[in-house]
Amino acid sequence: MSETPAHAGTGRFRGPPPIVEATGVSKRYGPTVALDHVDLTVAAGQTHALVGRNGAGKSTLVSILTGLQAPDAGLVSFAGRPAPRLAERDAWRQRVACVYQKSTIIPALTVAENLFLNRYDRGRTGLVDWSASRRRAVELLATWSMDVDPRTPAGDLSVEQRQFVEIARALSFGARFIILDEPTAQLDGAAINRLFGRIRDLQAQGVTFLFISHHLAEIYEICDVVTVLRDARQIVTAPVAELPRADLVAAMTGDAALTGRRAPNRGVDAGRSPALRVRDLTGADGAYQEVSLDVGAGEIVGLAGAAGSGRTEVAETVVGWRAAAAGEVEIAGRRPRPGSVPDALAAGAGFVPQDRHRQGLVPDMSVADNGTLSVPARLGRYGFINTGRRDTIAAGMITHLAIKTPSPHLPVSGLSGGNQQKVVMARALADDPKLLVLINPTAGVDVRSKEFLLNKVQETARAGAGVLIASDELDDLRVCDRVLVMFQGRVTTGFSHDWHDHDLVAAMEGVNLDA
Amino acid sequence: MPDTTVADPSAPDRPTTASHRLRLIGGRIPLARLRDLALVPAIVIIAVVGQIVSPVFLQTDNLLNVLQTMSEIALLVLAETMILIVKKMDLSLESTMGLAPGVAAWLVVPAGPGHGLGLLGGGWAIPLTLAVGALVGAVNALLIIRFGLNGFIVTLGMLIVLRGGLTGISGGQTFFRLPPSMLYPGTASWLGVPASIWICLTLFAVAVVVLGWTSFGRSLYAIGGNLDAAKAAGIRTERVLAIVIVTGSVLAALAGLLLSGRLASVASAQGNGYIFTVFAAAVIGGISLNGGKGTMFGAFTGILLLFMIQNVLTLAGIPAQWIGALNGLIILAALIVSRITGGRIQD
Repeated sequence: MSETPAHAGTGRFRGPPPIVEATGVSKRYGPTVALDHVDLTVAAGQTHALVGRNGAGKSTLVSILTGLQAPDAGLVSFAGRPAPRLAERDAWRQRVACVYQKSTIIPALTVAENLFLNRYDRGRTGLVDWSASRRRAVELLATWSMDVDPRTPAGDLSVEQRQFVEIARALSFGARFIILDEPTAQLDGAAINRLFGRIRDLQAQGVTFLFISHHLAEIYEICDVVTVLRDARQIVTAPVAELPRADLVAAMTGDAALTGRRAPNRGVDAGRSPALRVRDLTGADGAYQEVSLDVGAGEIVGLAGAAGSGRTEVAETVVGWRAAAAGEVEIAGRRPRPGSVPDALAAGAGFVPQDRHRQGLVPDMSVADNGTLSVPARLGRYGFINTGRRDTIAAGMITHLAIKTPSPHLPVSGLSGGNQQKVVMARALADDPKLLVLINPTAGVDVRSKEFLLNKVQETARAGAGVLIASDELDDLRVCDRVLVMFQGRVTTGFSHDWHDHDLVAAMEGVNLDA
Repeated sequence: MPDTTVADPSAPDRPTTASHRLRLIGGRIPLARLRDLALVPAIVIIAVVGQIVSPVFLQTDNLLNVLQTMSEIALLVLAETMILIVKKMDLSLESTMGLAPGVAAWLVVPAGPGHGLGLLGGGWAIPLTLAVGALVGAVNALLIIRFGLNGFIVTLGMLIVLRGGLTGISGGQTFFRLPPSMLYPGTASWLGVPASIWICLTLFAVAVVVLGWTSFGRSLYAIGGNLDAAKAAGIRTERVLAIVIVTGSVLAALAGLLLSGRLASVASAQGNGYIFTVFAAAVIGGISLNGGKGTMFGAFTGILLLFMIQNVLTLAGIPAQWIGALNGLIILAALIVSRITGGRIQD
């Protein structure tokens, strides 16, 4: 009774068989159960959401639905017919495609080449007929009304355009069922709206989507039915309209709902020198101009803004990742050499970079090594590493941040996204920073880890550190005592902690609600 | 109704499947340690085969002979391993190995049949050799790190320049009548074991400790594994890279010194073609060309395996004309064997 039948939505879509139907799908890896008798039915034209915390089994289900892995038990069928064998890649491509977070577009080739990679039109001589390939690309993009020039090198496209190209490529194989794996993770608000517009258009043209996202609001915006996985099991499948948010969060986490505004942080400690003082900072590449801001000891300041607003660049300049053309940065009363991360860290900064895969972690190194990378001096004397001391520090981090890992010696790439982010956070906190700088600290992190990380941020501030959070994620900004909004490289607005969502979003998008 | 009763906060996040498999294989011993030892069975097998082929094989003199002949190239392997771990490469090591002692000999050997200029006293030879190595490394580091040029092409150019430089100063001939100080490292014997073996093994031992147990060594892996992450963690990446590249060239110069001492001459082609064996040994020993992976011990077992096999072939009486082709085949076979025993794709 606690589980709604998997066919909950089918009453509305009687007639043609569902575009994809998985029944009783199970998958094990050694002793670990990755999927336990999961049912999934997606009716044609429906947009189905698949949600769950990291490690709930979403990726496994996607790899089974796209024919990358065979299930141990259970059946997958497409439009009423059983799925092709794994080796028949072409047959799979005609039925389903997945647009992953990591792009599979080759940046150096043009859009047209990417669309028809390895299946170009050939002339009579057997050589590639470029003009025919280009024509076909134009037709394809026009059919799905995508506004991309097929002659552009794919590397020049924006993230969303690249996603459109991937979707178009999938459609050109004949697939009408597309899985979108966290398509909005790297998009700003405006781009997300455009993506959703496209999704709705394509839906109208008969394309069916399975939508994987951490952002519950998005699910309510564009999905019809939601399936929640937790700990390899299917917890619920229900029409979105009949599932209140609190219940959805509860189904994902297994906890009572945890939403609502947080209590504001305690007041700023005015007696102490500010943790951060930025004056007239202007970026070398014009990403931001004349930015000034202060972060007091014990204060959490949000730096909000859409992608490209310069918020990330300002935060990166503060920690020395990049050097400013003009202006000064003072961390806890000291002025580190511009453009030197080691100097900024020595002055008392802790840094959680924007993208943990690109800047945060060394994937093949262990959890312990990654966590202690920035504090060599504490590992032993004369540059030697005392492995015992390192393991003690690592064990402390694992307990302090509740990192779920079987061993501190496991390569960090083996952890789930949320736990990887905790390792990055642990490293930033390792030296008791006076200033903590975080960029998109909860991107791609599950709901509970997110809650946990933000609690840690508040805890750090209560202990007397200043915190600067550069993010466009409203949940990140809710923990802030003040939020500064950047728009097109300048700080345009400031909010105290009692801001309203729509005011903040309007400021980030550069929209004036009063006008 | 959603299920809200099954709240199990202790349920562990499932690690990704690949790492899960790794853990199963590795058991309680970290897998990295096992991979380190991947070539040890192969070395044991070759030792047994060698003993069957010729009873001379396991005698001390023969083993010392193997170690001594490999000691110079082993130092190149040591240097290249450090450089590969930080995800760079240095092809010019083999010509540094020729040019550095070549310049020293040119300036030190008296004019006359030894082809030198005789400008400096014999005592300058060793410092000169190492200084030339450091200078070459500094130029490489400047071009690669400061100017951001591609390391492969820079060091390929450097390889040709240095090789040509040695031919130029020697007139294509061989320097001999080297001063005693240059002969000493390659010919001396300490406690009954050639000095070059001591030097080689000591440097490897130091390298194992530095790479495994110092922050500097770990920063090499961090830089090779993810340069941006290393930078964000406050590692002075440019400085570390420069140190690695310069140290590599100094080690190559030292290797050249050992070889010149042993042969009592500096041929204009000294070190020619060594770099291929060096790369082969490193990859066989588990060093990834993509950086961040592999250990110094693994690299040592790689070069040791190659030289043991060559020694066995020589003892078996294989005609000298065929040794070249066989060397190539051995490298390919060893790669296949290490792929099987290591069980991983060599990337």
